Amino acid sequence: MEFEELKLTLPQKIKYKMKRFFRKLGRNLKELFTRLGVRIKMFFERLGKSIKNGFIDLGKGIKGFFIALWERIKRYGQSFWYGNAQTKISYLFMGVGHMGRGQTVRGVFYLLIEVAFILYMVFFGGNYLAMFLQNIFTGGNVGRTETHVSDVWNDELGEYPIIEGDNSFLIVLYGILSLLLVGFFAYFYFKSVAESFELEQCKIIGRKPDGFKKDAGQFLDNKFHLTLLSAPMVGLLMFTVIPLITMIFIAFTNYDANHEVPQHLFQWVGFENFKDLFTSGSSLGKTFWRVLGWTLVWAVLATFTSYFFGMLLAMLINKKGIKFKKLYRTLFVTTIAVPQFVSLLIMSKMLDTGGGTLGSGGGIITQLIEQIFGYHLKFGIDIQTTRICIVLVNMWIGVPYSMLMCSGILMNIPQDLYESARIDGASPARMFFKITLPYMLFVTGPYLITQFIGNINNFNVIFLLSGGGPGDLMLYTDGAKGTDLLVTWLYKLSLGTDRNYKLASVIGILVFIISAVFSLVVYNKSTAVKGEDNFQ
Amino acid sequence: MRKKDIILEDQKELETPVLHENDVENDVLDEQNPVSVEEAENIVTETEGEAVSELDMTLLTDWEKFDAMEQALEEERKRQRQDRRARRNSPASVKKKKHAGMKFRRIFGNTVGQIVLTVLSILWVIPLFYLFIQSFRKEPGAWSPTFFPQEWTLDNYKRLFLETEFPRWYGNTLLIAVCSCVITTLFVLAVAYAFSRIKFKARKPIMNVMLILGMFPGFMSMTAVYFLLKILLPGYYQSHLSLIIVYSAGAAMSYYVAKGFFDTVPKSLDEAARIDGASRCRTFFQVILPLSKPIIIYTILISFVAPWCDYIFVSYIMAGVPDIGMYTVSLGMYKWLEREMIQQYFTIFCAAAVIVATPITALFMFLQKYYVQGVTGGAVKG
Repeated sequence: MEFEELKLTLPQKIKYKMKRFFRKLGRNLKELFTRLGVRIKMFFERLGKSIKNGFIDLGKGIKGFFIALWERIKRYGQSFWYGNAQTKISYLFMGVGHMGRGQTVRGVFYLLIEVAFILYMVFFGGNYLAMFLQNIFTGGNVGRTETHVSDVWNDELGEYPIIEGDNSFLIVLYGILSLLLVGFFAYFYFKSVAESFELEQCKIIGRKPDGFKKDAGQFLDNKFHLTLLSAPMVGLLMFTVIPLITMIFIAFTNYDANHEVPQHLFQWVGFENFKDLFTSGSSLGKTFWRVLGWTLVWAVLATFTSYFFGMLLAMLINKKGIKFKKLYRTLFVTTIAVPQFVSLLIMSKMLDTGGGTLGSGGGIITQLIEQIFGYHLKFGIDIQTTRICIVLVNMWIGVPYSMLMCSGILMNIPQDLYESARIDGASPARMFFKITLPYMLFVTGPYLITQFIGNINNFNVIFLLSGGGPGDLMLYTDGAKGTDLLVTWLYKLSLGTDRNYKLASVIGILVFIISAVFSLVVYNKSTAVKGEDNFQ
Repeated sequence: MRKKDIILEDQKELETPVLHENDVENDVLDEQNPVSVEEAENIVTETEGEAVSELDMTLLTDWEKFDAMEQALEEERKRQRQDRRARRNSPASVKKKKHAGMKFRRIFGNTVGQIVLTVLSILWVIPLFYLFIQSFRKEPGAWSPTFFPQEWTLDNYKRLFLETEFPRWYGNTLLIAVCSCVITTLFVLAVAYAFSRIKFKARKPIMNVMLILGMFPGFMSMTAVYFLLKILLPGYYQSHLSLIIVYSAGAAMSYYVAKGFFDTVPKSLDEAARIDGASRCRTFFQVILPLSKPIIIYTILISFVAPWCDYIFVSYIMAGVPDIGMYTVSLGMYKWLEREMIQQYFTIFCAAAVIVATPITALFMFLQKYYVQGVTGGAVKG
């Protein structure tokens, strides 16, 4: 070796070694950050593409809908032109076209639907629908009369009686219900008209249409999906779709504690609420950005800590030669099995800060830390401490979950990959970063993003641990506190002293937008979704 | 050339000597733990070896000479290591594999792993164990300075059943859980089967709409649901029926896992049944359902546990109910831990928590297999 004549003193040697070490460290870090940068860039590119595809899909859907609608209308006109008198009457009285043509029972059903719809509209829905649509585009009151004291003296009561006004919230609710019913009715109307023309044709060519019995039998066979879906869909429409649409509309009103129904009317205000929230100068705007920031930081921290430690734990448990695998797994899984309101509440009480100063008692963990380190945990008093504690406690719940997830997938990694890596002299750490991690990320990518969205909406951990607190009136207003996520803030805004329904709705919509953006990435990336049709 | 530049650049950057008091220590650490450094270096070494050989040795400073020498040594070491590995893995020397050093390393690694796992699992269970032993604590008050109670008693359990409303809450929750579990399971299976097996026109649009609905925070619509319940059940809206409706009406949205399962049941089974003249209804009930035990159990488990764990909906529906006997366990027990109550009720809360958590945990553990299948299946499918 030609370098052997090089004589160096020990300090020189040390110096050079240090130099080398730092140079390599720097280079590795650089490489890491470049890779990370590329990944992030890729993510955003993919995001952009997904959003674009999403809009294209949406556009296609809307176009398809209108084409179908146009076809319907065209057929509607044609069948009126060519149909005979009975068919023409069925344009006014649904189901008449079915009667006496072999589908009388069906016709009666149609007629009943029409009668019911008209009765509903005349005596109930029409009025609400009108009030709902009255000022929606121009802004103004939702409803006509506000609750007020009458001008006319009532002798029997001995006072000016209070006249009950309209209930703005119910107007929105019933308005949407009526709109949906109008939609359904239109569907049935067009369907009945098309059918009655078809029946006329059948009669001309002499084909016998299906009788009632056969028709009904179809609901257990070819139309079985209608039977299966009807009850769940009614439930979904009534208690999810209609309420949700109502609350979306509430975001465009000024419904809050000052405009409480039924004493007051509230007004349509357009995009005012969104503007208020995004104005960064106002106290509300500042609060919102702070809460949003913490929500995202929390979601990232919670997702990644749980995921990585869960994976490491799974690898450790699955390692060859480890005994009592099942026992360990069971012990870790207990935190998932125990109801969260029990495990998280007891955790929050164990961390309780007592009086907040040294020697003022508190939960067992606080006291133990105080006895050992002489430090008093300010859980629930200091915002940063509380946040750190919450992330740690979340690991307690989240790690076993990821562990369960990862265990199965780890076993599916082709073992020959490891074999060849080992022969090539790769170290265990290197194998982890080059084989295990990429494989896991590839397979569980969708799960990771689902978890991320789940953590944005993680009500339980925050609410049961800290209740969103501690508050800081300098930083947070409108009912929000230091560890509140958007969803826990939403909860507080819908209930109790800080209620502000319009703000809650706006926040709900924003949470939706955040979730939708991230889901779109999964949706477009996931082969499972794409292959869904091929599979069928 | 580029590589040379890099070397020279680095030299400039690091011209100032980095000498600390603990340099010697670092050096020792480096020596002791060559593996970790090597891993980091592997990529760099491969590319730099050639660059150095291209350089004119006479122009090099001491530092560069040292660097090159180290690299050469390292290459040599690496080659040796690879040789060793290749020899070890060659079929001729398989028997020699159980070398004493290797064996020691493996045993050492496993022991460390075992210890880490034991410590972690103890850490994991300690809070729950604390909850359990606190339910036997005799001293009143919320906080005790010691981990173990100073005096043990069963009084907390006695008081829980005799003096509080807990038995009623338990009954309420059980009723709600059973009812909503039945409805939810039926709904989920029906929807999942319909989407998995039957191709109808509205299938894709409905699935997309449900996907979108699922992205709104579930709690957002609560205000409107409250009004709806007020209209539908006038004077009776703060009741268990309301809760059953709230828990099960939206059940259709959580069909994903079940659909994933039905997708894996061979379609030829359906076709065979249909050819034999069975209607879709019969196919569903007599062919597919008997095969779907795991997913049925999973759905039942999830929907049965949900009402026990839910706080958010019950706290909204039951807000301001005068009769606290109407509560479910989660709401009632949450109230016990509020500032005014906690001093009196903390140990009772612990006792109640044990009573509530034990059956649910047992159920969960018993059916863990199905739960894991559900979770993994759902996740990998996205």
